[in-house]
Amino acid sequence: MNLLELEPIRVLLYLVGICAFVGGNAAYLVLAERKGAGRIQRRPGPNEAGWAGILQPIADGIKLLAKQVMVPPGTDSLLFRAAPLMVMAPPLMCLATIPFSDTLVARNLNIGLLFVFSFGSINVMALMLGGWASRNKYAIISAARVVSQSVAYEIPMLLVVITMLMVAGTMNLQEIIVQQAGGFWHWNLFKVWVNPLMPVTFVIFFICMLAETNRAPFDMAEAESELVAGAFTEYGGMGFGVFFMAEYANIVVGCCLATILFLGGWQSPIGVLSGGFWGLGWFLLKLYALIFTVIWIRWTFPRTQFYSLLNLSWKILIPISLVTLLLTGVVMKLPLLFR
Amino acid sequence: MNAAFPFADWLVLAAFALAVGLTLAGALIAVLTTRIIRGVAGLMVCCLGLAGLYYFLNSPFLALMEILIYVGAVCVTIIFAVMMAEPDEQPAHATHKAHIAWGIVATMIALLIGGALAYVALSGPWPARPETLVSDGSVAAIGVSLLTTYSLAFEAISLVLLVAILGALVLACGGRTAPGLATPTPPPAQR
Repeated sequence: MNLLELEPIRVLLYLVGICAFVGGNAAYLVLAERKGAGRIQRRPGPNEAGWAGILQPIADGIKLLAKQVMVPPGTDSLLFRAAPLMVMAPPLMCLATIPFSDTLVARNLNIGLLFVFSFGSINVMALMLGGWASRNKYAIISAARVVSQSVAYEIPMLLVVITMLMVAGTMNLQEIIVQQAGGFWHWNLFKVWVNPLMPVTFVIFFICMLAETNRAPFDMAEAESELVAGAFTEYGGMGFGVFFMAEYANIVVGCCLATILFLGGWQSPIGVLSGGFWGLGWFLLKLYALIFTVIWIRWTFPRTQFYSLLNLSWKILIPISLVTLLLTGVVMKLPLLFR
Repeated sequence: MNAAFPFADWLVLAAFALAVGLTLAGALIAVLTTRIIRGVAGLMVCCLGLAGLYYFLNSPFLALMEILIYVGAVCVTIIFAVMMAEPDEQPAHATHKAHIAWGIVATMIALLIGGALAYVALSGPWPARPETLVSDGSVAAIGVSLLTTYSLAFEAISLVLLVAILGALVLACGGRTAPGLATPTPPPAQR
């Protein structure tokens, strides 16, 4: 009997694969980030370790692993140790249902979209507990900011996702991709006949994704110029490294979702050459284009103020996303009146 | 569940034990700890375990909703309250007689509720046998039953939410024009 057909073995293999994907991504996205920052700021970036700094992530990893994990006195040691574990687990769970190609998916759940969002919502608790357990005033300020920022941006994000659910009519991520088959004009991003504001919806989703993953210009949790290192101030060595890895894993999950919901997932943009390895290639191409945009935005826009951050969500994004939700409903149900 | 895999039953049993253990451990942490932030963390662990139990009861939608709402929203809201209340733990109070009396009352109420629930569960008739599925637990099935069989409960819950929103609005409006403020606090910078 083929060992690979056994469900537990398959799940185990996918778990190992996902861990490797997340680890490799975290390591080399840091390098891409530093190289990109260097390019934008007109300096070479890391270029000493290996050719053009290609071995820099390995050197960074060895440095972080070699450091002692300190639990400073006065912290809530249990929660302090638990927070890095909790921050890493949700993105790993989310990746279990992300379809990378038409066959490459660990678990094709019928409620995959809900799965990603429910585990994504744990992330804020982990950052909050880490900051709170540190017993450091900067970390506690950062924890308070993380909670209010996440609550503010979860609402427009979920409203946008409800809009997409109305358009797709399913929560199965694989089916959502299948519906967008046949050229880039079939992608949800360009379905203006369903909702004239569809590109706006995508922009709202992208902004909320930046805010939920605590990326610049919304990285209020880790505002180096005001809060030392925010929620991770007291973490050293690999404790800090895990938070950093989780941030990149969250970016990967967010960009995967944006790719699946709006950019057609593994569907080819020209209508041919989709499926199999081509599909995986298209998916990764779209994914890394979005991730590059995230890095590009970080080094282009300065950090916002906390009040303008909250104002943007409550006064601009939520009303617009409500309007797109209503508009989609109207456009979908209006033809029923004239049947 | 693959029947060909030799230890499939044991794996399922281990997963079930993990869900039960998480629920019990989280509940105990939430009740027994003196630090309020650990209590919230315990509540979170308990809800994760409960989600696992729902999954075993063939309702993955309910399991994910448990995580999304209870861990992602209710615990975060509790933490909001904790942050507004007290950053440090208060010193442990000496045991007073009033505390003991309240403890006894609380224990009795808990025993009453627990006993009544156990009585209802054990004595009442179960319409479906446990091994038959009531529905397939999908979103469509839940939506249909919410809008047909349980539409009254559904509407009542929406009414409760409406009242809560109105209450929040009333509180927020009252907070802005609080009487007795000699120097009104300057509004936050608008940008």
